[in-house]
Amino acid sequence: MFPLGFFPYIIGGILIGVGVSFIYIVTGLHATQSSFFDTTISFFSKRPYFLQKQYLDSRGWRITFAVGVILGAFIYTITLAAEGFFTTSVEWWRLAIGGFLVGFGTRLSKGCTSGHGISGLASLSTTSLFAVLTFITVGILTALVIQSLGVFP
Amino acid sequence: MFIGGIFFGFGLAFGGMSKQEIVLSFLQLKDLGLLLLLGGSALVTALTINIVPKVLKKPILGGVFKKRTRTLTKRTIIGAIIFGVGWGISGLCPGSAMASLGIGNLPALIGIAGMFLGAYVMGRYFT
Repeated sequence: MFPLGFFPYIIGGILIGVGVSFIYIVTGLHATQSSFFDTTISFFSKRPYFLQKQYLDSRGWRITFAVGVILGAFIYTITLAAEGFFTTSVEWWRLAIGGFLVGFGTRLSKGCTSGHGISGLASLSTTSLFAVLTFITVGILTALVIQSLGVFP
Repeated sequence: MFIGGIFFGFGLAFGGMSKQEIVLSFLQLKDLGLLLLLGGSALVTALTINIVPKVLKKPILGGVFKKRTRTLTKRTIIGAIIFGVGWGISGLCPGSAMASLGIGNLPALIGIAGMFLGAYVMGRYFT
């Protein structure tokens, strides 16, 4: 069940929680991920949906936050990662199709693993609880089906 | 924002979630560790969100402590189903795809491009 042990997962989770908590204490904002796509599209699209006020108000800090996330992972890699940089062996078509569905689904659901999973559950939101149970269940079923078709990893 | 983001990305990489192989090993039920990562991050955040506003009048830089409100609709669940399918196919979610760039995993860019396209199609045709 836990071939890599508990340690990296628990410490990683606490660090993520510290990051979200720090931003909440300093700014009062919920640092979540998937809205970043909509708010960044607002720089390029004239569609009213993308130009709603909450997107225009948050599009700057969401980019700053995303750059921080990338840099944080980079710092981990150059300081603590024994194996150094990493390249996935998941095929490009899975990343492309999966990515499209992730972008579409998270924006339809108004939350992702971060928005519903961390900030939503932490806000004791039943909406987010239902969303989390749904995407974890469907994610497991999908991954098992893909694996049973002989596609790896 | 920037400092918080660094913690977020560092934690995702430390916990392995920036590697699609580890996410898929969770979804294939071979390694349930990511439940600990999700639980740990949600627990720390829950303590902050529910306690800090009772101690501090307002955030350190001013403003108000925002409440995250979402109404449960069909879109919440249908969206979560579609997200789950994409997650199971690719091992990618929005935050972990960003962190994946930081560990040098350039193919994650294909996934991020797909996410932008998916978000655009949702906002353009389904609102």
